[in-house]
Amino acid sequence: MRTGKIPHWADVTLVPLFSVALAFAISAVLIWAIGESPWEAVKLMVEGAFGSSYGWGYTLFYATNFIFTGLAVAVAFQARLFNIGGEGQALLGGLGVALVCLYIPWPHWSIALIAASLGAALFGAAWALIPGYLQAKRGSHIVITTIMFNFIAASLLGYMLVSVLRVPGSQDPASPRFPSEIALPKLHEILGLVGIPFSTVPPVNIALLLGIAMCFAVWFMLWRTRLGYQIRAFGESEPAAQYAGISPVRITIYVMLISGALAGMMAVNSVMGEQQRLVMNAVEGAGFIGIAVALMGRNHPFGVFLAAILFGFLYQGGAELALWTSIPRELIVVIQALVILFTGALDNMVRMPITRLFARTRRAG
Amino acid sequence: MTGFKPFALTASVLALSAGLAQADSPALMFDMGGKFDKSFNEAAYNGAERWRESTGGSYREIEISAEAQRVQFARRLAEAGSNPIVVLGFANESTLVEVAPDYPDTTFVLIDAVVDLPNVRSVIFAEEEGSYLVGMLAAMATETGTVSFVGGMEIPLITAFACGYAQGVKAVNPDINVIVNYTGSTPAAWNDPVRGGEIANAQFSQGSDIVFAAAGGTGLGVLQAAEDAGLKSIGVDSNQNHLHPGSVLTSMLKLVDQAVYDAFTEGPDMETGVVVMDLAAGGVGYAVDEFNEHLITDEMMAAVEEAKAAIIAGELAVHDYRTDSTCPAF
Repeated sequence: MRTGKIPHWADVTLVPLFSVALAFAISAVLIWAIGESPWEAVKLMVEGAFGSSYGWGYTLFYATNFIFTGLAVAVAFQARLFNIGGEGQALLGGLGVALVCLYIPWPHWSIALIAASLGAALFGAAWALIPGYLQAKRGSHIVITTIMFNFIAASLLGYMLVSVLRVPGSQDPASPRFPSEIALPKLHEILGLVGIPFSTVPPVNIALLLGIAMCFAVWFMLWRTRLGYQIRAFGESEPAAQYAGISPVRITIYVMLISGALAGMMAVNSVMGEQQRLVMNAVEGAGFIGIAVALMGRNHPFGVFLAAILFGFLYQGGAELALWTSIPRELIVVIQALVILFTGALDNMVRMPITRLFARTRRAG
Repeated sequence: MTGFKPFALTASVLALSAGLAQADSPALMFDMGGKFDKSFNEAAYNGAERWRESTGGSYREIEISAEAQRVQFARRLAEAGSNPIVVLGFANESTLVEVAPDYPDTTFVLIDAVVDLPNVRSVIFAEEEGSYLVGMLAAMATETGTVSFVGGMEIPLITAFACGYAQGVKAVNPDINVIVNYTGSTPAAWNDPVRGGEIANAQFSQGSDIVFAAAGGTGLGVLQAAEDAGLKSIGVDSNQNHLHPGSVLTSMLKLVDQAVYDAFTEGPDMETGVVVMDLAAGGVGYAVDEFNEHLITDEMMAAVEEAKAAIIAGELAVHDYRTDSTCPAF
């Protein structure tokens, strides 16, 4: 991916920024074409997502989901493994959280949080282990196996919710509510400790801080540990890594375990923090959004964090659009798709003009 | 709730500029799957539109696209002054448990589940009774001795359709074989007509000649497959007889539109509590119109009407799968 022709700072800031700008420009034309004012729409989205602590709360709640799934994809991609099973791994993570919260009486939320995080990570990692093992030992392509495992996960969860965990007599295929003593503190409670007022409504909770901590942890793991070095070396060139004594089997399985654990931990936010029970639709596509988040964030934890906020903004701003205008909700999906298209698939379309621009200014200078 | 103030302002400005509904007008919150699913949500939309046309009033509507939006949007509609607020789908049971107590002056209507709160009307349908009647029709119309069912996801609500259907079939002739399949395990199962068609074709190859679809938009593929194979199908929720005249044997009606229309018409002062839309209340039934009357003989009609009268009179009880998660006819 690295061209070596443009400075690193431009590669990580200018290229994504231009891509997003292009996506928004085309979206504006679309909004204009269906007879709505693009300016009003943008204003409503920005105001709705960032204009109040209420909006921020929802934006950050969605962003927390995407931080976890984005990190999951980013870590795997450092080893050039394309884990598109974040959806299934997060579903299993949800199951892990639910089992930990329902069947073990925890005295305090803080202990429950640690246990639920471990449960989510364990279940997510276990779900990623099988495709990882098949890739490492049998050469079954990880893209195929992980996406197939998404469906198996959905079926498994459906069975668990309908036949095992469902509240007897309830229509809703969902687990019972977790005990209220282990409800995670919401962001307004945390900020309230330092005297910052924040809306009490949105579901954003302490999992946001866990997500940020995971960003640092992933950065440290990738760039400051031996394992991280091996992962990146393996990703750059498998034969070179092997020549240097790095076992491809070991790295593949380790990377998939870490990736699955990160995806699974998304459930701490959505299942334990928000719903406080396990529902069928607990992940609702965040696993796939994670791919876009990782692409946009250039597979770097800090980039993932920023991209997650952007997608959180699209979700919450899009909800406001749907609520207050007659712009159909499908348009939000179109905007998201355009962002993915420009940052992912059409990367070079943006990169080349910028490269040329830099070459010209350098010649002129 | 400090964060709400700037929003309420933006909202009212927008409502004025866009000519949207004013405060105190009713609101409708669709379930996942969207407004135009040719089934459950669309029936509710039709009911709301019927109310708008007959009264000239206006209403607010919202489609959710994320689980977190259930509570978010229900609150926002209540904050914006919409009253009554109709929310669709059993998944909103927990939504209203959480939201309704905070807005005691707003009346909520929940379709497909029960919430016991003073400001909530819960509308539930006796799907098993309507399914029983169409099951009888299928049993009397089959020539192969095998009929089938395509559900969306295997959840209690849909299994209740299947169970009622199978009971109706077995009531006519206990030797008839009933094949039951479900489309999938993700919400995509509600809108996958291609897969619906594949499942129907698989059932036809096992000898079925009549298929009942209770699978939202997926059902459209099932109905199409039946017509392509020269066989019969049974529609669901709305009257789908006109989709493939001569091939759709009948439709199991579930009058969600009526429930929405009633709620909108009665307004915020409606009676709350549980409303059971069963055969007696005319909430479920089977459709006979100019598109399928030649498929239903007088004998079939008489038998079904007799069963219908017996169910209404309480002489014939159709087992509801949801009460004990078992089905006597499987």
